[in-house]
Amino acid sequence: MDASGLGFTEFEAMLVYPEDQSTRMLQAVEINLERPLPEILEDVGTFLVSNPQVEALRRLLRFGGVNYVEFLHSLDDLPDRARLAVSDLRLPGLELIEQAPGQFDLLCHPGVPGYAQVLMGVLRAMADDYGALVLLDHKDGQDGTEVISITLIESEFAEGRAFDLGAHSL
Amino acid sequence: MMSVEDLADLANHICPLHVIIDAEGRVVSHGPTLLKVCSEESWIGKPFFDVLDLQRPRAVQSIGDLLDTAGSKLHFQLRQPPHTRMKGVLVPLPDGQGAFINLSFGISVLDAVRDFNLTSQDFSPTDLTIEMLYLVEAKSAAMEASRQLNLRLQGAKIAAEEQAFTDTLTGLKNRRAMDHVLNRLLNSGRDFALMHVDLDFFKQVNDTFGHAAGDAVLQKVAAIMVDCTRKSDTVARVGGDEFVLIFEGMLDRNRLSDLANRLIARLEEPIMYGAEKCRISASAGTVLSSSAEAPEAALLLHQADVALYAAKRAGRAQHLFYAPHFEAEMLEQDSKSA
Repeated sequence: MDASGLGFTEFEAMLVYPEDQSTRMLQAVEINLERPLPEILEDVGTFLVSNPQVEALRRLLRFGGVNYVEFLHSLDDLPDRARLAVSDLRLPGLELIEQAPGQFDLLCHPGVPGYAQVLMGVLRAMADDYGALVLLDHKDGQDGTEVISITLIESEFAEGRAFDLGAHSL
Repeated sequence: MMSVEDLADLANHICPLHVIIDAEGRVVSHGPTLLKVCSEESWIGKPFFDVLDLQRPRAVQSIGDLLDTAGSKLHFQLRQPPHTRMKGVLVPLPDGQGAFINLSFGISVLDAVRDFNLTSQDFSPTDLTIEMLYLVEAKSAAMEASRQLNLRLQGAKIAAEEQAFTDTLTGLKNRRAMDHVLNRLLNSGRDFALMHVDLDFFKQVNDTFGHAAGDAVLQKVAAIMVDCTRKSDTVARVGGDEFVLIFEGMLDRNRLSDLANRLIARLEEPIMYGAEKCRISASAGTVLSSSAEAPEAALLLHQADVALYAAKRAGRAQHLFYAPHFEAEMLEQDSKSA
């Protein structure tokens, strides 16, 4: 991070930073990794769910439902749930529209640039977590809204990971 | 009129933790989640009080008493391990057919979920238990993140403070730290000796071998000073090649002289920088806190300084205690050189 000339080297999860600081960091990451930013952001989303170090987030998302479709329907409540946990955390609104059985459009309201890409990674990793087989596609919608279309091919494709309500140790 | 069987069917979906008892207080049926709670032994047909111990209200002794509690809060505890506490409320069934008792884990739900391996299907969709578990986890995760942040900030604060009081080249205390120690001693009224040490010929080392050599020499000097002093003494680098040593509780002139001479002798041993031999020495001036009526930091530092320059004038590589006549000699010297 020093070599990128950003003038800062650390981010703390629980602190608030100016927005352009994130933008500048992401631009520096894109240059340094020599990969397109949407791809990197999607990997970030996957990491947040699948990395054992951040198991807490994966568990919180699993509270959304007992299967992938229920989980998708719980996404509408995600901003409210996040605010319950951290009162000044404002996530962009999400809206799930069921186009046909097994075919969903998830509307991501504007507010946080790159949020939809991160969410793509989260949705993909959560599909693995539930053992579902899905196809995801990202496109721009109207008025800055981004749309993730989700095609559920098989809801019990694989075993998935276990979710034990009481596994959390206080 | 609805039969008890119909009622049980309906209740299984809405209140999966309910128990229906007959007029004699025997369990007629119960909700599906209680199957996990009762483990091997079925509750069906057993006296209700044999499976759940009513803890409050204490006045309730018989099934008749229990039926009279209709609508009020009941506190139970499982008779079997793990003796989970439960809350309940009873509603009598019509025509003396017994009662419907709805149960909940209350605050012990976190343990219950683990002990009985409960899943979200074990709770009614309208039950807020899952949301509560979610909140507990979400808040714990947020709290843990905040705790980690606090620990890191605390660590950063300590590191910053250490740096602010430390001379980064030598690891000795810096001028700020020395001021701090000096004021602390003066405020507490404790006795101490203050020694001002200035290296001799250090400039020549720098000029001849370069600054890197100079830095190496300073680091070696610092190590020697720490070595020659007690752990409770303060050794500070207050300028390029100037040092202040504070000896708490030491007013013995002989001991201080010995120490200063030993220090100067050690500093005169050649210091190797690569293949080069660097030779320096040092002059020192000392003042005792007891020498002034009301010692002040600035005055003591000045007097140590005066003693140091007297030592330099006397031919370097020496140690002198402050004496008032040095002041006049210094003024005389100044006017001569002017």
